[in-house]
Amino acid sequence: MIVEIENLTINYDGILALDNVSLSVEEKDFLGIIGPNGAGKTTLFSCMLGLLNNYNGEIKFFGANIRKSKQYLHQIGFVPQKPVFEKNFPATVAEVVGMGLTKNQKDNTIDKVLQKVWLHELSHRRIGDLSGGQQQRVFIAKALVNDPQILILDEPVTGIDLQSKDLFYQILRDLNQKDSITVIWSSHDLDAVAKLASKVACLNRTLFFHGISEEFFHNENLLKMYSESSMQMHMHNHED
Amino acid sequence: MGFEILSYGFMQRALVSGIAIALMCSVVGLFLVLRRHSLFGDALAHSAFGGIAAGLFLGIYPIWTAFVVCILSALGLTKIRQRFQISGDAMVAILLSSGLAMGVILISLAGGFTVNLFSFLFGSILLVSLENTILILGLAGSIIIVILLLYRQLVYTTFNEEQAKVSSIQVEKLSYLLVVIAGITVVSSMQLVGILLTSSLIVIPNVTAMLFSRGFKQTSILSMIFAVFSAVAGILTSYSFNVAPGGMIVLISIILFGGSLGIKSFRQKKRVLVLNKEATKLS
Repeated sequence: MIVEIENLTINYDGILALDNVSLSVEEKDFLGIIGPNGAGKTTLFSCMLGLLNNYNGEIKFFGANIRKSKQYLHQIGFVPQKPVFEKNFPATVAEVVGMGLTKNQKDNTIDKVLQKVWLHELSHRRIGDLSGGQQQRVFIAKALVNDPQILILDEPVTGIDLQSKDLFYQILRDLNQKDSITVIWSSHDLDAVAKLASKVACLNRTLFFHGISEEFFHNENLLKMYSESSMQMHMHNHED
Repeated sequence: MGFEILSYGFMQRALVSGIAIALMCSVVGLFLVLRRHSLFGDALAHSAFGGIAAGLFLGIYPIWTAFVVCILSALGLTKIRQRFQISGDAMVAILLSSGLAMGVILISLAGGFTVNLFSFLFGSILLVSLENTILILGLAGSIIIVILLLYRQLVYTTFNEEQAKVSSIQVEKLSYLLVVIAGITVVSSMQLVGILLTSSLIVIPNVTAMLFSRGFKQTSILSMIFAVFSAVAGILTSYSFNVAPGGMIVLISIILFGGSLGIKSFRQKKRVLVLNKEATKLS
């Protein structure tokens, strides 16, 4: 197991955001985490990335508890839901991808990762001038620049057009199958998860399914349970 | 007037200090502008005003008290913002008015140091001493070295804090360091353009540079060129026309900004015309 989460519970802003969640990820897995808005997907990722620390339970990456060492972060690439940056931020695509790298590292890797996401021809364009889909591919390239073993993506295609989504999914599939990168990806898009993910975790503050993708998508009871739970959460969010 | 004005000691000191301050403001200002903290420099300058008044009231060299008050205010503002999630612009307004209030109360209590205070309000670069020139050079050099050393982390944190955190960058510590550097920059630059115009030197050259450039490095370099040009041209022309150098420096930087807006607008119109012509040919 390269990721082990045991009995993770966290209160966030006075609300029980995650309740006793346990799941594990094996090397080369393509794990799709599904759940309605407010189900705790982003909170789960924030805990895994060390951005939230006030949780109970244990999170281990590569066998080590993440509270004890942050070294694991060097093996992780993260693509946020919608990267927040100033629209007029004066940075080229190549500069964004190379942020945080030394000059030697930059020369070797930027071109390589931009080719992987089919953006090498736009390396000198200003990041703010690209479309939403292209910007998200820049952030995948950025996440890949440290040659990570695990790629974590938090609803990365929100607000992106259909054509860009298909290209994005194709890139993810190649990274997982050709480059053997473990992918942990949260999404609302059940069709895409059914097509891409080898395993599925169904989250709604608590984990009510974690297993092989086909097992979930071929089980009508589980799908019904998921849609009922999503509907309840949707109504709950509206009441809030 | 010819090159002989450059042989005067006061003019040499003014130009050396002016260039150093312009470089410092430009480098620090780019990070502030991109973090949407453009008015932060203004708030710090007003808190420095309280520090200056305190120094004059207590009989301590006012620049030192300004440094202390400005840095403590910058750190306090950042801490309060992080802890209580108060919006940045509201905190800037609070800091700005509290510094001014402190200054006004001390002035009214003492009632007799308005002449000294005016040189801080509007700047007095032509009167800068050799000791102050050395101090400004030392501070500017140190700040530029610190920023160059932390350049990669600062750019990354400014671009996206969350991703920088995931890349193990100490985002909070860097924020504190940046506000301390901003405080030092503001107090140093008071001598060039004065408290009332300090933030313009931090903001205008950077906004002008951002109109032209695509990349971060390119923007930094252009901004430094605009800032240094404004400082040098402002000091020299103010001497020729016998007007306040602080105001002249800011006026020149505004002219550069206005001219840049004109060039950018002209280029955009030209591009639209070319695209329309190509579209007509295709159809």
